[in-house]
Amino acid sequence: MTSPAIEAEHLVKKFGDTTAVDDVSFSVPEGSVLGLLGPNGAGKTTTVRMMTTLAKPTSGTARVAGHDVLREPDAVRRSMGLTGQAATVDELLTGRENLRLIGSLYGLSGSYVKSAGADLLERFSLTEAADRTVKTYSGGMRRRLDLAVSLIATPPVLFLDEPTTGLDPRSRVELWEVLRGLVKDGTTLLLTTQYLEEADQLADRIVVIDRGQIIAEGTPLELKDRSGKASLVLTVSRAEDLQTAADMLRQRVSEVHVDEAARQLTAPAEGLRDMTRIAAVFEDSSIELDDLGLKRPSLDDVFLHLTGHRAEEPTETEQEQAS
Amino acid sequence: MTTDTTTRQSASGIARPEIKPTGLLRQSLAITRRNLIHIKRMPEMLMDVTIQPVMFVLLFAYVFGGSIAVKGSPAGYREWLMGGIMGQTIAFASFIVAVGLTADIDKGIVDRMRSLPINPSAVLVGRSISSLLHSSIGILVMSVTGLFVGWRIRGSFAEAVLAYALLLLWGFAMIWIGILVGSAMRSVEAVNGLMFTTMFPITFLANTFAPTDNMPHFLRVIAEWNPISSLVQAVRQLWGNDLPVPADAALPLHHPIITTLIWTVGLTLVMAPLAIRAFAKRTEG
Repeated sequence: MTSPAIEAEHLVKKFGDTTAVDDVSFSVPEGSVLGLLGPNGAGKTTTVRMMTTLAKPTSGTARVAGHDVLREPDAVRRSMGLTGQAATVDELLTGRENLRLIGSLYGLSGSYVKSAGADLLERFSLTEAADRTVKTYSGGMRRRLDLAVSLIATPPVLFLDEPTTGLDPRSRVELWEVLRGLVKDGTTLLLTTQYLEEADQLADRIVVIDRGQIIAEGTPLELKDRSGKASLVLTVSRAEDLQTAADMLRQRVSEVHVDEAARQLTAPAEGLRDMTRIAAVFEDSSIELDDLGLKRPSLDDVFLHLTGHRAEEPTETEQEQAS
Repeated sequence: MTTDTTTRQSASGIARPEIKPTGLLRQSLAITRRNLIHIKRMPEMLMDVTIQPVMFVLLFAYVFGGSIAVKGSPAGYREWLMGGIMGQTIAFASFIVAVGLTADIDKGIVDRMRSLPINPSAVLVGRSISSLLHSSIGILVMSVTGLFVGWRIRGSFAEAVLAYALLLLWGFAMIWIGILVGSAMRSVEAVNGLMFTTMFPITFLANTFAPTDNMPHFLRVIAEWNPISSLVQAVRQLWGNDLPVPADAALPLHHPIITTLIWTVGLTLVMAPLAIRAFAKRTEG
């Protein structure tokens, strides 16, 4: 618990005139999950490549399990597993042969790879398919095998670059379950994603990156709080009460938005305390409520607020490159 | 060492297996094994060193054989042809390396391997060993086919072995060209395009399929200085399948064995650093 499991220190990566990663620093405590969130082309993959010794930083450095990526790349490689953006398992090998190949490259004994591999295949529901070539696997199965292969040496730190891109919603939820299990067992996870929901679901802390720079950092809750206030949403039971309710609300909050069709009132709120205060007011009145709730902004709203564009939209530079 | 070789318990309580530092050889062999499984699963990968050259032997021996007069070689054109086909087959070792390497880089397999605690060269060494085995299968198939169409080794045993060794050495030099092309090209299709449009003219513009004496003067000069011609001439001489070299032939053909050795060493010295640099540039970016 003394030092963080992953640390990035002023990482910079330039390709010619373009700066893909611009002074990125963060740290991930052991046993926690960091979500590196950003749109396509934001510099997520380049950051992961530098942290996993695949690319040399232009300046700055990173440490994985206490080992410096520049000075002790081999120690870093022994301490981490990497699952790349595309499932990088070998299509012509069977699931078991893929595990065996990577296991023997790690320097694990044949008998260990055999038993640990069988356990992993079982855990990821791949036992039945273990002796089929990967060519016959579905997208979800490939991702699970990819993850199993990364885990053959039980690395304490795991890097996952967009682990669920291209998966159907069911496979995605299944993979999330698997990842939660790993974290429960003590693995430190860094995952990149462009899905706000995924970061929200899995990450303890989120680093938002756009055009190579960190633009926000915090827990999912902090980020939501930061970008905009929560709002109080109130639905009255009878339409004729709507105006009275709106007037009552106006005496207590600065601004009320009325949606007549939905019999709904929306007002900015600081947090739970505001909600209980308002709830008490209506409990003492004759107005019946269908619903009263606090709506926090989604991470989508957060992203829009922080960057001025939606997370799934390509950034301008990317559009330029594409045309 | 102790932290690496013993089972350890990290602070978080994950029990880790023993990770033994392994050598380049063991790592390369693991990758070679994987590449050979590919051949086992897709035997059609061997077509380039089996069906294709066998087809060439049969086409040239029987279709053109009658028109290309090679006097003085004991079994005529067919026997003379064999050295040429062997030379062409081993020159294509570069093609095999390039295609395999580009595919692995493209699919992210190389990155995955580089993220493991192995010697980064193991990826290239493994690819080279399996490609040489791949080409050797071709040389073996060619030799058997040759025996069927009347090819015989007429030199001594030692000379015959030296001829095969020269072919393998040439294959080794070709690997570097393969790594260079494989690292520089972005797709398997691009590699195919480049290699077909360069390797075919290079291997045909030589003494592989027809003697050089009847070529127009400037073509003849190119063909006789072509390193493929030296290799093919050396192999023919060592197997006793050669024709007397015309007195006006270019210098390399008068000393084919030593010329071939110089070429292989020279090509390796020039191409290896370029190839390794191209591979590093492609993968470390």
